[in-house]
Amino acid sequence: MKPPLALLAELTHRCPLRCPYCSNPVALTRGSAELTTQEWARVFDEAAAIGCLQVHLSGGEPTARRDIVEIVGAAHAAGLYTNLITAGVLLDAALLGRLKAAGLDHVQLSVQDADPAGAERIGGMKGAQERKESAARFVREAGLPLTLNAVVHRQNLSSLPRLVDIALAWGAARLEVAHVQYYGWALRNRDALLPTRAQLDEATRVVIAAREALRGRLVIDYVVPDYHAARPKACMGGWGSAFLAVSPSGNVLPCHAAESIDGLVFPNVRDTSLRAAWEDSAAFNRFRGTDWMPAPCRGCAHAERDWGGCRCQAFALTGDAAATDPACALSPHHGLLAEAIAEAGATTFRYREFG
Amino acid sequence: MTPRFAPGVRLHHDRARARWIVLAPERMFVPDDTALAILRLVDGVRDVDAIVDDLAQQYAAPRDVIATDVRAMVEDLVARGALTG
Ligand code: SF4
Ligand code: SF4
Repeated sequence: MKPPLALLAELTHRCPLRCPYCSNPVALTRGSAELTTQEWARVFDEAAAIGCLQVHLSGGEPTARRDIVEIVGAAHAAGLYTNLITAGVLLDAALLGRLKAAGLDHVQLSVQDADPAGAERIGGMKGAQERKESAARFVREAGLPLTLNAVVHRQNLSSLPRLVDIALAWGAARLEVAHVQYYGWALRNRDALLPTRAQLDEATRVVIAAREALRGRLVIDYVVPDYHAARPKACMGGWGSAFLAVSPSGNVLPCHAAESIDGLVFPNVRDTSLRAAWEDSAAFNRFRGTDWMPAPCRGCAHAERDWGGCRCQAFALTGDAAATDPACALSPHHGLLAEAIAEAGATTFRYREFG
Repeated sequence: MTPRFAPGVRLHHDRARARWIVLAPERMFVPDDTALAILRLVDGVRDVDAIVDDLAQQYAAPRDVIATDVRAMVEDLVARGALTG
């Protein structure tokens, strides 16, 4: 069994934004059930000991935790490369300075749209765009590398060229353009979020042209959506192969969305070591490798390339987490995706309330 | 030229896999032996000449041969975003 490379630490589900495609579970963890600073420090030590090199500090909004500086310090002390994934609206220059001093390596800042009105409608928070722009400046002034992360969908894809401009103007070295993935809350808003084929082709064209024009100035990572594809996206190098996540309440997950799958029981860091969770737990072993695969994945030449696609999407769309991801043209459920695309076109979002 | 690690880039000893690895924003790579020998000497103080001197001594090799290799490799590491000059 290979050791994991990266840990996603979901520090909290609390967040001042309300993005309609949030990948957090539909049932959120309360603040009072969150792991403590000391518990996170132990998780980081154990993660480094079993081979993790990187930790992504995420949420929710990780800076909503009052102990975020101590948490970064603990991750750094464990020897992990620390990446903060933030919406940026709670950051100020002083906090950035303290995070940098505590050992933060990299900041990934989300942006919901290019123009403030669009961004604030999607994120559901007034004044957010201005604060994000300031946050980008604080990151730069602290001497930290910045990646801008734009989640794109039907309602903001036309802004993609301007999102590239923003990445440059805000001083990002990288731009990550990711299409929404449809499980959890995003699935409930799928009708409003699914792009058309024409939008998708245009986005791909924009990315290719920008990459060419900005070589050496901006790196653009592009995650394509699979609703329009014939092959599913590869699942993180395989379930339980390189990656683990820990939820705000300490559940150890093979993927950040794994709790959306009914019937899996996850080990918790409050009563299991990370090593035992990785090596011996039923949840991690359930879809590890290729032995669990039914037809048409079983024996398929692509099995070790895409690992049968996404378990969470398979469950969300077919009710069976072991089914071939319907994004695959060989899946008997592949038609579901075309149907969803045909039905999409809603203009209003369903926002969730928290608190 | 005095090479240093680009912001957010560092060389890390990966104990679980008994190797050195370069960690960078959104990516990591395993340096080959030449790159590793150079990266271990990058401290923001040594310039390229000092790195060449060091390696020429370490490997008891002719300085001009080492110099050519080091310059090419540093250039490559700069192009890949791992170092800045
Ligand atoms: S059948 Fe399974 S393994 Fe083959 S391409 Fe489709 S999802 Fe991938
Ligand atoms: S199961 Fe799906 S969501 Fe989870 S890691 Fe794999 S591809 Fe990603």
